[in-house]
This record gives sequence, C-alpha cells and structure tokens, in this order.
Amino acid sequence: MVRFIALRLLQAIPVLFVVISATFFLVRQAPGGPFDAEKPVIPAVKRALEAKYNLDQSLWQQYLSYMGDLLQGDLGPSFKYPGWAVQDLIGSGFPVTAELGIYALLIALLIGTTAGVLAALKPNSAQDYVPMSVAMIGICMPTFLLGPLLVLVFGIWLEWLPISGWGDLPGDKILPSITLGAAYAAYVARLSRGGMLEVLSQDYIRTARAKGLPEHVVVLKHALRGGLVPVVAYLGPAFAGLLSGSFVVETIFQIPGLGRFYVQAAFNRDYTMILGTTIFLSTLIVLFNLLSDVIATWMNPRLRDGLRGGSQ
Amino acid sequence: MEANKHDMSEQEQGSSLWADAWLRLKHNRLALGSLIFLLALVVLCILTPWLAPYGYEQQNLELGATPPSMAHWLGTDVFGRDLLTRLLYGGRVSLMVGFIATAVALLIGVLWGTVAGYLGGRVDMLMMRLVDILYAIPFIIFIILLMVVFGRSMLLLFMAIGAVEWLTMARIVRGQVQGIRQQEYIEAAIAMGLPLSRILWRHVVPNTLGPVIVYATLTIPQVMLLEAFLSFLGLGIQPPQSSWGLLISYGAESMEEYPWLLVFPGLALASTLFALNFLGDGLRDALDPRVAKD
Amino acid sequence: MARRLLIPLLLCGFLLACVGGETNVAQGNRDGVLHFGNYGEPQGLDPHVVTGVPEHHIIGALFEGLVLKNPETLAIEPGVAESWTVSDDGRIYTFKLRDNARWSNGDEITAADFEWSWWRALQPALASSYVFMYFPIKNAEAYFNRSLSNFDEVGIKAIDKKTFRVELDAPAPYFLQLLDHYALFPVHRPTVEKFGAPDESYTRWTRPENIVSNGPFLLDEWRLFKYLSVKKNPDYWDADKVKLNAIRFYPIDKQTTEERMFRAGQLHRTEEVPIDRIPWYRQNRPEVLKIAPYIGTYLYRLNTRKPHLADVRVRQALSMSVDRRRLIDTVLNGLFTPAYSVVPPGLLGYKPPDVFGFDPDKARQLLSEAGYPGGKGYPGLEIQYNTHEQHRKIAIAIQQMWREELGIDVRLQNKDWKVYLDDETTGNFDASRGGWIGDYVDPNTFMDIWTAASGVNRTGFADEEFDRLVLQIAPNAKDHETRLNTFQQAERLFLEQMPIVPLYTYSSKHLVHPGVKGLSPNYMDYYNFRYVSLEPDASGVTQD
Repeated sequence: MVRFIALRLLQAIPVLFVVISATFFLVRQAPGGPFDAEKPVIPAVKRALEAKYNLDQSLWQQYLSYMGDLLQGDLGPSFKYPGWAVQDLIGSGFPVTAELGIYALLIALLIGTTAGVLAALKPNSAQDYVPMSVAMIGICMPTFLLGPLLVLVFGIWLEWLPISGWGDLPGDKILPSITLGAAYAAYVARLSRGGMLEVLSQDYIRTARAKGLPEHVVVLKHALRGGLVPVVAYLGPAFAGLLSGSFVVETIFQIPGLGRFYVQAAFNRDYTMILGTTIFLSTLIVLFNLLSDVIATWMNPRLRDGLRGGSQ
Repeated sequence: MEANKHDMSEQEQGSSLWADAWLRLKHNRLALGSLIFLLALVVLCILTPWLAPYGYEQQNLELGATPPSMAHWLGTDVFGRDLLTRLLYGGRVSLMVGFIATAVALLIGVLWGTVAGYLGGRVDMLMMRLVDILYAIPFIIFIILLMVVFGRSMLLLFMAIGAVEWLTMARIVRGQVQGIRQQEYIEAAIAMGLPLSRILWRHVVPNTLGPVIVYATLTIPQVMLLEAFLSFLGLGIQPPQSSWGLLISYGAESMEEYPWLLVFPGLALASTLFALNFLGDGLRDALDPRVAKD
Repeated sequence: MARRLLIPLLLCGFLLACVGGETNVAQGNRDGVLHFGNYGEPQGLDPHVVTGVPEHHIIGALFEGLVLKNPETLAIEPGVAESWTVSDDGRIYTFKLRDNARWSNGDEITAADFEWSWWRALQPALASSYVFMYFPIKNAEAYFNRSLSNFDEVGIKAIDKKTFRVELDAPAPYFLQLLDHYALFPVHRPTVEKFGAPDESYTRWTRPENIVSNGPFLLDEWRLFKYLSVKKNPDYWDADKVKLNAIRFYPIDKQTTEERMFRAGQLHRTEEVPIDRIPWYRQNRPEVLKIAPYIGTYLYRLNTRKPHLADVRVRQALSMSVDRRRLIDTVLNGLFTPAYSVVPPGLLGYKPPDVFGFDPDKARQLLSEAGYPGGKGYPGLEIQYNTHEQHRKIAIAIQQMWREELGIDVRLQNKDWKVYLDDETTGNFDASRGGWIGDYVDPNTFMDIWTAASGVNRTGFADEEFDRLVLQIAPNAKDHETRLNTFQQAERLFLEQMPIVPLYTYSSKHLVHPGVKGLSPNYMDYYNFRYVSLEPDASGVTQD
C-alpha cells in the first residue's frame, strides 16, 4: 500500500509539470491580453505595463522565469489585481470554497446514500421511486435555477435566510451549501443505489441472508461496505469538481471563493491567476483521486488482495 | 455504445443477452413509459419545423412578454416570441447536445477505460495520468481556444463538450474493468487462450454496461447543463437560437416578472431528465449480467 | 422538565432570529453607515494607477484633489485649493492651497505634494492609464514620451508652500473638471516611497495598515471580494460637514443578486437595476428608483474597411432603419433616450447637428442605390457583442429590424469580453456593439476618440478635415460659441460618414433607500460622499 501511494505521488510530479506547461502555452494562444480594455491605454503605457510584467520577453524566456519563480514558491502578482500576489488571492478564496464544498458534500452524502440504500432494498417499489425522485431534484434543477429559487422562497418571501454573502450574517451559508450539494446528491444516490443492488445480488450476501442474519445486519454490516465503493470512488473527483465547479453558486450568492476566481481569471486573461489556480486545483485533484483510490481499495477486499500480491 | 451493440450482436450468444434484456425492460413499466416519452419527444423535435405554430425568431416587440393565452399557449418572451415554438426548437438543440456529446464521451471513455483497466501496469499508469492532466487543464480556456481555432459551429460545441466529459467515464470504466479482470471467468477465458479482443468484447465490456449506462444517463443532463452554462457565458450557441438550458437560465433572470419563461422550460428539462434516469435505471436492471446468469 | 425548557428556548430562538433579522439598512441608518453596492472589486487604490467606476467611488471618498464638484449642479467648488485665479488668456491657473488641509498622518498638504504627485503620474514606468488627463498641461505629453527630459519645462510648478501653478498648452475650458479626476489627486510622498520606487505601481502602500490619504474618509478594512469599508476622517479640513460615519462598498457584479439584496435591506444603494425589474419598481416603489440621463452613448461600430460596409449609403441605410424609439420602449422598458448623434445633447450648451432620423423608406432607397435593392445580393452582416443580458437583447431586436426593413441577412456573435475586444481592435468584425462614457462634461471627450490616431476609433474612419477641426481648430477657438460650432461642424461631417450607428444616450439607474440624502442623480453619475447623510428613522425597505 505504501509503495502504491509513493508511486502515485511520484507520478504526480510529471503530471503537474505537463499540466503547468500545457496551460502556460495554451492561455497565451487565447485572443486578447490581460491589459486590453474598452478604453485602450495609450501605446507608451501599454509598453510600460508589458515591460513591468515581462510580457515583452519571448514566450520561452517568460516560461523559464515563471518556472524559476514557481520553484521558489512564487506564483507572481495577479494581472487583474496586481496589488495582490496570486498566492494571496488563492489563500483568501480557497478556505471559503473548501468550506462550501465540504458542507455541500456532506449534504449530498446524507441525502444521496440514504435515498440510494433505501431504493436498492426494494427496487421498483414506492420505496425506490420516492427517495430517488427526491434525490433527482438536484440534477433536474440546474444550479442557476435552484439557487435563485431558494433565494426567492427563503430569502425574500419567507425572509428566513440571508440571500448572499458568506459568514457575514447568521445562516448565510445554508442556501449556497444546499444549492451546490443538491446536484451531487443525485449522483451519490444513483451510484449508491447501483452499487448496493450489485452487492445485494452477490453470493456472500445471499449466504449471509441464508444464514438467517437479520436484514439490518446484512445491509449495514456486509452490504454497505461493498455497495458504497462506487460512491467512494466518486468522492475524489466530486470534491475536486466542487472546488472548481462552484462558480455558478459563488456568483449567485456573491461568495468570494476560488470557483469564481478560477473562471473569471480565464475571462480576464489573468495569466498568472489562471496558472496559479490551475496548479493549486490540479494538485488537489491528483491528491483527492489518489485518496479515493486508496479508500476504494481498502473497502474492496478483492482489490486489496490484488494489491497485496504486488500488482496494480 | 452503438459500436458495442453492433459488435455484440455479431456474437451468436450475445444477441440473446439483448433479447433477454429487452424482455425484462418490457416488464418495467416506468422504464418503458420513459422510453416512450423520450421517443415521442425525439419525434416531436424532429417534426418541429412542421408543428411549431410560429417562427422561432418571429418577434412582436409591441406584444412583449405575455402570460399563456389562446394565441400563445405557453406565453411569449420579451420580444413577443412564442415560447412553445422556442421550447420545441430549443429541445432539438438540447437533445442533440445531450445525445451527441454523451455518445462522444461514451465512445472515448469506454475504449480508454477498458484498455487501461484491462492491460494495467505501465500502460494503465500512462493512460490514467493523461486523464489526470486533461482534468486539470482549465476547460474554459480550452473551449475558448476551440472556438477560435475551429470557428463557432454547433456541432463543434457538441464535440467539445463530449471531449471534456469522457474523463470521468474513463475512470469509472477502468475501475469496473479492474474488478472484472480479477474475476475467475476472465482468468478462465485467458487460460482457454481466447484472443484479447474477444475477451474484451465478450466478457469485459458487457460486464461494465450497468454502471456505464447509469453514468451515461447522468451524463446526458450534465452535458445539457454544461451547454447552457457555456451559452450563458457567451461561448455556446448563438441567439436567436436557443436550448432548454439557455431558456432556463434567461428565465431565471426574470423569474419574478415572467415566471412562465422559467416554469415551462424547467418542466420540459426536468421531465426529460426524470425519464432518462428511469430509463437508465431500467436498462441497468435489465442488462445486469448476474441476473442473466441465473 | 423538557416542556418547562421548551418555552424559554423558543423565546431565545425568536429573539436570536430578530437580532439576525435586523437589516444592514436599519442598522446603518442608526449608526450612520452607508451600504453601497459598488459593482466590482477594486483593482487597486492608487489614484494614479487604477481605472474604473468602482475604484472611482472609493478613491473619491479617500482622497481629494484641488477642486470638487457639487453633486447636484456639477459646479466646481474648492477642495484642497481654497481659491484660484486664471490668467486672461485662459492658460495659467494659480491655486492657493488651504492652510488646514492635512494628510491623515497629520502632515500638512503643500504645493510640493502636488508637484511631486503629478511628476510621479507622468513617469512612463508607472503606466498610468489616465495619464492623458495631464496632456492639456504644457509639455506634459512631451515629458511623458521622454522627448523632453527636464521636468522644469513642464507647466507644473510649486511656487511656494501653498501656491501651485499650472500652465496649459492651450485654453481648455474643461480643465478645472479634470482636477476632480483621481488621476490628478495628490499622493503622500513618504508613504509611497516607503513601499517602493515612486514609479512602481501596485505596491503595498495602499493597504489599510499603510495608506496615508487626505479625503473625508479613511480606509478602514479591505476584505477581498467581500467589502471594503472606509470610516470618517476626523482630521479632514471640512470634517464638520461630513455626516456619514462609515461607508461599506460591496463588490457585487450580479445585478439580480444586487437587486434582491436591496430588497432584503442589505444595501442602501445599488449600482444597477435589472431592466426587467424596472416596471415593478415604477409601479410599487417609484421613490427608490433613481433614473437620470448619463453622459454616455450606446452605439454600434461599423467596420468601414469591409467591402460590404465601405459604401456610405449602406452605413446610412443601417442607421436609418433602426427604430430607436421602438427598441427603447419595448425591450429596454423606456429607460434611455434615442440618440441620433454621438455627443449627447446638452453638454455645456452643445447642440448636436440634426443629420438623420428613423426613416426606413430612405434607408431602403439608399441601400438600393448602393446596388442592393431590397437587400438582394447583399452578403449579409454579423453583429458582435460581448456577453451581457442587455447587449443580447438589443442585438436580437436590431437583427430583426435590419432583416425586416432592409431584407438583409444578419447573424449574431456573442463573444467573451477579451475575444470581442481583440476582434474589434484588429478590425475582425462587421458591426460591433460599443459605448462611450464621457470622461468630463465637454463635447471634446466624445469627438477626439474618432480621430484617425485614436485607439477607440476602430471603425477605419479617417478624415483629415475632421481631425483638423477637433485637434487644431476647436482647442484654439476664440470663444465658447465658436468652439461649439467647430464641434458641431465636425460631428456633422462624422455623422454623414456614419461609421457608427448611435443608438441611445445612457441613463444611470440605481435603487436608493429613501433614508439616504444627498445621493441625488446627476449627469456624470458622480458622488460626493461629503454631502451624503442617512435618516435614522427612515423605514427599512423590505418586501411588503
């Protein structure tokens, strides 16, 4: 197991290197530059700006100096907000997005696994359709519909909850978390229902049932662990997706998170910010995918045996 | 998907699996109803140019946004355009993006995941690291570049979305294949000296179909929403054309003033997604090879 | 036992809900804190470096220039300069700085501060975007371009501690207005130099813990993408007049969210109002809806370099076939004023020439004269616009008008902001949405952008006579009237060539809580927070 993790971490280094290099050159191919504006700055000013941020050098020189700075842990100043270093901005946005993502994931897991397990126990019955339909609401209602709708009902009509912000007013974290989590609840529900059905039809469950074990023991002790493997495998990418995909929710609720920075940086052609957020997020993605593989392996006895045998 | 089906039916015994599955599906009323609903929808969207009461860009500025009436069953938008007509035309775009992009994602994802998961070792490692890399590249930049390089066409947009969506599919399939690879019957097949392609198509791919279909039915809505998101950011389809996702996102902007602009597109999308999911569910049960073994 | 606890618990919950329920507006009215929707996160706070409206609002609260504008009349009032004289030829301005003007660290504000600050703004390496605001000053442009190296030859001079003299190249009637633009504000030399070279931009000197400023408010707290608050500066020379204790600027870039925050009592004032929401406010809360003409023109640029737009008759046909009144009354809820000129009417008494109007018959005739009767044979046209709800709506309506009136094929291209700009500047467009907001109240700010060398032009329009009128004749005009006549002549020439389709004159539109006094709308959408006050007893704006 340790060897497996170490190997994957080693593999992550070239992965990140390729990601950074590819992104560096790709963003420069997109039309428009960071200092283009409706009222264009006069040419002398533009030259001065480009000199200040080394944009007047050849692309390769810029690449080498960027990589040099990166090795020293310096992501450079944001081109859109030059008063702040990219690491400052990420440092201010990440905790917010991470908190939002964790709440959303918890909500998704709570709703999703409950619905999925209930549904798998009695497939094609009311106990299947009702919870699954509830869980489905999340993907049937896109975030940009669910968010404003929740705002309208709970923020404006009922006046129960604040309609924007993050940590400024009591309860302002509830609506964004539900909005973001709802979409993932449906996925979790589907995966756990599928996984549970698969496991419940397997021989060892039949054996357990044949032995006369009570149903809740069979489900909770034997089936759940195998049945939730697909969910666990999904958690890594899901959390990474929550971090980079919270743009819509963060925009609707005006939350100062990484998701907004990530998308807006692309539109602003904020080269350093695009690279900085990409490096940060891709590191997280690699780590989370590894983590979910490790947990899935640990939960699935067969794979674990395979690993012990030395192959992977 | 289509390709797999084709290959499968060439096998004498494979066809019976599909026949069995169809038999089981027929007994699942909800899934069957969903299938009929979806087929009807597809027919409706194909026939739209003949069915739609108005032109999809026919404006009546003086009329403006009006609630449902006899002349406009679902009301009109701020340009006085008939919502029913726009919903029908939007459905064409949404269904097309849903199916084309998902087909692209399925094709790449299943191939990639099967090969990686089955071969394992260094090949697997390289293939999955490539997936990791593509995961990490900022996709908005990727889409902007695609638009700039290849121009703005709807088909290209669909392909681009598919090219983004296959990554998760590949991961899921690979995970499944890894599990299947260690099953006794695969080892038996290898021991019998069956050729690799036969093992893959005959034994591996069919066993991944359950999760793949479940995920595909989830990919279709995801893809439809991604299209709406991109269109909303100005990177997708161009007005006056529209899609359900786009109708919803504009409807959400003015939902307090003109709720019908949100409700009807929302209903259309939601009912389609519900149907897709019930169908996917039914298919999963119908195709479950373990049930088939009994 | 449990039941005995229940009632106090419920009461506590209820009380908590009430505390949580007090709105920003109610609390702000009591404490004198203005909650201000400010559209975006400021790029920075260095007056010489930044551009943009959100920055304008904040810097206007933190700093002060030589003069101020009255928020109602836009008339010039004394700022750091308590008085000034203008030479008879209108070229030399001599300012007398007031004795009690101080920096927030207690230092006196001297003429040397202004001299140094303006010297700094003219350093090329600082890359000040608004440096052109200095160019009416004698030799300023030459010094900036480094064709002149001696700053002593620039018309900027500290005569003594409290006397500051500015010499212009030519009389510029709008020069005093420029002095209230943040590009010409003073900065505190020791503070700037403490955190970097004078010509280094975006150093840490504008952080709350470092900044030294001279305006009615002090930077208090800067929470990225959440809010930025300023508090009253007790040492401001006119502090007695300042009524607000603090202002909180919220960077909210989504209009619908901003409007809902206003309704929920989280904001006193919004930067925008969603167009679809206007009728509701007109009917239910007309007192909070503030709409006023705004010094800006919304237009479509036509690319005169494209063969199918090179014929002036085609361009005229396009402009004459747009029913602006109908566009505004239907899609835009009657918010704006139809524009048939590029300069908004009424700038310092300026009246734009009457060149054309909505005339579809004439338009069709022109198009047919150009060789495309009924649009036949015309290769078609593409409208490009950047992603924005309003631009989309306008483009959809105009697409239909051109199709119906002229019979030509029109396609829409929604592009992301940078692609749109890139295509516009490189000439890769047919018709492109644009707009221009005047930098000061004078026709010049709408005319010099269409000269051949201007970076804003982008239409391929180049006319020597036009350039001569705008760049040479107008600045040296004998009197105000001759000057306006020259501009009128230039604009007539411009509109006859029709390289743009003017659509409407902008309106500023805000929601303002009734308890806010002194935030009256004006032509420049200009705010002077010194004059703003809050009525503590005004009722909160909530949903009925």
